[in-house]
Amino acid sequence: MNFEVMFDSLPELLSGALLTLELVALAIVVGFVLALFVALARLSRNPFFWVPAYGYVFFFRGTPLLVQLFLIYFGLSQFPEVRSSPLWPFLREPYWCALLALSLNTSAYTAEIMRGAIQAVPRGQIEAAMATGMSRLLRLRRVVLPQALRIGLPAYSNEVILLVKASSLASTVTLMDLTGTARTIASVNYMPVELLSAAAAIYLTINFLLTRCFRGLEYLVSGDCRPVATGTPMETGLETSEALTKAR
Amino acid sequence: MLDLQGFGPMLLLGAWMTVKVALTATFFGVLIGLGVALLKMSSSRAGRLLGEIYTTVLRGVPILVVILLFYFGAISAVNAIAKSIGHTDFVDINAFVAGTAALSLAFGAYATEVFRGAFQAIPIGQIEAARALGMSRFLAFRRVSLPQVWRLALPGLGNIFLVILKETALVSIVGLDELMRKTEYAVGFTKEPFTFYLYAAFLYLAMTVIAMLIVQWLERRANRGLQPTQATA
Repeated sequence: MNFEVMFDSLPELLSGALLTLELVALAIVVGFVLALFVALARLSRNPFFWVPAYGYVFFFRGTPLLVQLFLIYFGLSQFPEVRSSPLWPFLREPYWCALLALSLNTSAYTAEIMRGAIQAVPRGQIEAAMATGMSRLLRLRRVVLPQALRIGLPAYSNEVILLVKASSLASTVTLMDLTGTARTIASVNYMPVELLSAAAAIYLTINFLLTRCFRGLEYLVSGDCRPVATGTPMETGLETSEALTKAR
Repeated sequence: MLDLQGFGPMLLLGAWMTVKVALTATFFGVLIGLGVALLKMSSSRAGRLLGEIYTTVLRGVPILVVILLFYFGAISAVNAIAKSIGHTDFVDINAFVAGTAALSLAFGAYATEVFRGAFQAIPIGQIEAARALGMSRFLAFRRVSLPQVWRLALPGLGNIFLVILKETALVSIVGLDELMRKTEYAVGFTKEPFTFYLYAAFLYLAMTVIAMLIVQWLERRANRGLQPTQATA
């Protein structure tokens, strides 16, 4: 192991990590919004909504991300209609293709997490909200979604970690993310083991920090579910109160 | 439906290689997972730490990076050894071995947690009863814990298998002729990327569905003889 090489290439690797984080952050936002619609469609009783949503989730969860990425990046160019469309300047760029693939992929997984979380909200609460005369949208906004968020958070934090790891596939379409940077430097100095190990260490750090952030977030939203501090008051407290009464 | 221009059999051959990689990784991954789970539950502090490091690293690093690391790492290691024994030609590494080793380790890391949960789900009273009957710790493990772990771990292992089946696509990057790489050949000849990648996607979907059915069948088999209420739990 040549540690000097690892340290020397650290600035470049960190700028690659920045692109990784950028891709992940954007994919999280786009994927979350998409997932919300997919999850609601999936829960609908109207087959016009749930059948396509089911197919969407089934396709994106049942095929490798690499296939999805290649379908978008290489595949779309097969159609002259796409090439002449106003979207082509975007779909030609590996950056947007990777972002699209990651967003669609994570949205399918997130939709399933949301569906599970929404279904886990106790039925009685929804009935109570109905009884108080809330409309469907209001029930969703005030009763179902806030609680579903809390129930789904642990599974969602897993999905975000998976997304960080999945973003490494962006390097296969020439993007200079963390993995891409490591591979490119390694192809010049031919020290792949050193560079990939350094990249692996950075991924580990990112994921470690993310796990910590999510644990904090879970604590924040746990609110009323936290164990209440019970038990007897501390000895010293008793003594002072006794001392106080005596003093009086 | 899709016009494959005669590439169909080649792609199916690639799919067969995908299945072989996934099954090999599963076999070794289960063994590794079982071993590391026992290590993590052992009384040895060093063992627990080692197990913890293994699962944290393998679950925190992208599988693509692990595969590349194995591939290039093995190449430089083998060539260094070859040079030291006087072999001057460049030695290439079998992509199947490097890819499967990386996937096995990844499978093992995920399986460790599944097995640990399964061992902990076995009522402690059963092991106490076995020990009271005079079974040694090893015998109690072999006769009481191990047979039940299979049933308890099966759903989790099934999920990992589905993940690893899809991750095998990444082994194409180090040049193994599995489904993804065969599809790339076909795309190179026909210049029809969408058609062929979509066909590959459907083959992966088909494999996923078959794997799910097999796991369901195995679960039913493993749960036979239990009360239906317990079987669904």
